[in-house]
Amino acid sequence: MSTAIDAAQVRRLTQELLAAHPPATTDRTDFLKARFDAGLAWVHYPAGLGGLDAPRSLQSVVDAELAAAGAPDNDPRRIGIGLGMAAPTILGYGTEEQKQRFLRPLWVGEEVWCQLFSEPGAGSDLAALGTRAVRDEEGTARSSEAGSGGDWMVDGQKVWTSSAHVARWAILIARTDPDVPKHRGISYFICDMTDPGVEVRPLRQITGEAEFNEVFLTGVRIPDSRRLGPVGDGWKVAQTTLMNERVSIGGARVPREGGMIGTVAKTWREQPGLRTPDLHQRLLTLWVEAEVARLTGERLRQQLVAGQPGPEGSGMKLAFARLNQEISGLEVELLGDEGLLYSDWTMRRPELVDFTGRDAGYRYLRSKGNSIEGGTSEVLLNIVAERVLGLPAEPRNDKDVAWKDLAR
Amino acid sequence: MTAQTEAAQAPDLLYSEAEEDLRSAVRSLLADRADAPTVIAAVESDTPYDLRLWESLAAGIGAAGLLVPEKLGGQGATHREAAVVLEELGRSVVPAPYLTSAVVATEILLALAEDGGPAAALLGELAEGRRTAVLALPFASAPADAAASTTGTLERTVTGVADAAAADVLLVPTAEGLYAVEANGAGVAVRPLVPLDLTRPLATVTLTGATGTLLAEAGPAAEAVGRGLLAGAGLLASEQLGLAEWCLTETVRYTRERHQFNRPVGSFQSLKHRMAQLWLEVVSARAAARNAADALAAGSPDAPLAVAVAQAYCSEVAVHAAEECVQLHGGIGMTWEHPAHLYLKRAKADSIAYGTAGRHREAVAGLVELPAP
Repeated sequence: MSTAIDAAQVRRLTQELLAAHPPATTDRTDFLKARFDAGLAWVHYPAGLGGLDAPRSLQSVVDAELAAAGAPDNDPRRIGIGLGMAAPTILGYGTEEQKQRFLRPLWVGEEVWCQLFSEPGAGSDLAALGTRAVRDEEGTARSSEAGSGGDWMVDGQKVWTSSAHVARWAILIARTDPDVPKHRGISYFICDMTDPGVEVRPLRQITGEAEFNEVFLTGVRIPDSRRLGPVGDGWKVAQTTLMNERVSIGGARVPREGGMIGTVAKTWREQPGLRTPDLHQRLLTLWVEAEVARLTGERLRQQLVAGQPGPEGSGMKLAFARLNQEISGLEVELLGDEGLLYSDWTMRRPELVDFTGRDAGYRYLRSKGNSIEGGTSEVLLNIVAERVLGLPAEPRNDKDVAWKDLAR
Repeated sequence: MTAQTEAAQAPDLLYSEAEEDLRSAVRSLLADRADAPTVIAAVESDTPYDLRLWESLAAGIGAAGLLVPEKLGGQGATHREAAVVLEELGRSVVPAPYLTSAVVATEILLALAEDGGPAAALLGELAEGRRTAVLALPFASAPADAAASTTGTLERTVTGVADAAAADVLLVPTAEGLYAVEANGAGVAVRPLVPLDLTRPLATVTLTGATGTLLAEAGPAAEAVGRGLLAGAGLLASEQLGLAEWCLTETVRYTRERHQFNRPVGSFQSLKHRMAQLWLEVVSARAAARNAADALAAGSPDAPLAVAVAQAYCSEVAVHAAEECVQLHGGIGMTWEHPAHLYLKRAKADSIAYGTAGRHREAVAGLVELPAP
């Protein structure tokens, strides 16, 4: 196979896939499996693992051809954690066997993934996590796999886990050595969510619904063959996962009034009776800020396309969180009598989350999470200050102390 | 509806290589000839403007003619390049009539120079850096004030005219049209005022029995003045960006070096967060300012909105950056010796120039159909 793959070749492969598996008469899952096997799932992945070793930019050629032909997609919003976080980590650190076993059903969407990282005692300070993974000596005796140690027994509690109730697998970080400083005693595992020791409980949040779960792990057995990366290197492996989480935020072009500001602008235009001078001033200020945030995202996108990525991305989530909160707060106030009402407090477990969905009250409450999830705004400001501006770090007293001796 | 129509072509928000080269040339000129002690000494002297510096900038580098086509004596560049020059002038806050003459007056003359005539002749002189001209309206005039500017006669007093003391020619809108009046001609008095911002001198212009050359009738004159003020407001955003960037860079540098409580003050989280927040504002201001410059360069129908958004945003960022710069420098930031005050005064004056943020938000309201109650 030629090493230099170009757009024409990718287009030809896509047409061959479509000819061999006409979307109109092919089962959705069968089509997606065929697409994966043709290397057209994620062209920048290696051949044999859903890719072609091609430049990432050629993916848009495939996507456009398939969309034009009405081919089904793998519903990326439903399997976002698998695609955005588990897959790049497995690709980066997995054994050949792990890659072959997990990537295809992950991409096709047959197996949903979730992420067991955060704990009640380890939020911003994720490396302080206390879920323990201990070698089981009996398991060692049973294990016959070459090059791998015995099974791990995992005990602890994880929290803020979306999709845990529908997930088949989880990426999990747990403490394997409490006697060394916290960043060094962590290992990274793939956890079977059907293990009898895994208990998933919905975590009801301020919106009334339960988007997330608490996951209790009691004597969960994980074979050593489901460890990702070396024992004790879990923190480094997790950085790959978290870096990919930030990359997946932002990306596509947004039209003017594309976000939450569009909803409130529409209400303003359609309901003149709600207008007051004070609300007008605040609306205009936020409209300008939302437009500038859109332009900032557009400029970041242009930098990426031009191959000159800047540090601007670190700031985008900060702006996004603050604007969502302020705009949705203004919207509730603008609605007045209607703003006093709420659509429905019934506890539900939505599979998809839409920050701009449902009613204004929901949006107001949900957006409060935007400055907490995926890195609090306070932590992000530290990152900008230290990594972008080069300001000195705060003095720390937790880096050279064994995890077991840290205050909890 | 304006709000829902996407510009056919996406704006180019990056800097080209040629723009970066221009930036380097201007930055090294200003570093050589207009460092902070030089500027502080100049603003209290009788000659705040450094004429040799202006010559190097306007004629030597050719910055005065960037907006002017080559056939009219200019460099045939665009607002994008002029915006880069203004970023550098904002970083330096040296007194130079660039925004007033090479942008606003030049843009007005460009609008009137199509058929040759006196506007074209004057435009050529401005483009080559041989003369300067300013619009005889208060510096606070917004683009929306253009329509009402063509009133009265040549007998008038106009206060708060920026860079009038440096101008060879005054562009005076009247009910009859736009006049070009020689600043040192009979019947013209230019009295310097004491400005908040010492780096951009203001003056009261009094015309009593002065004569001038009529450049355009009232209708086209108002339109040309509007175009000039729009370009001025749009590119002022780039000056504000450069100013804010200087303030942030200096504040970061200072707080890394300054020690109190046996650690750099820049290691305290409350200060770090304020600087990180400022960085986010500067990054956003860059996108807004580039968008305005690009829209003006392209003659886009979106230009009035791009300019209003940029002014409504960048004015406040520049003021915030300069205020934080003074505060985070502590005592030294309050001294006359340290240049931070020059930036604070420039930023605050800039927030009024060519319309306040509030007036530009009003313009946004009209352009995107978010009417007042």
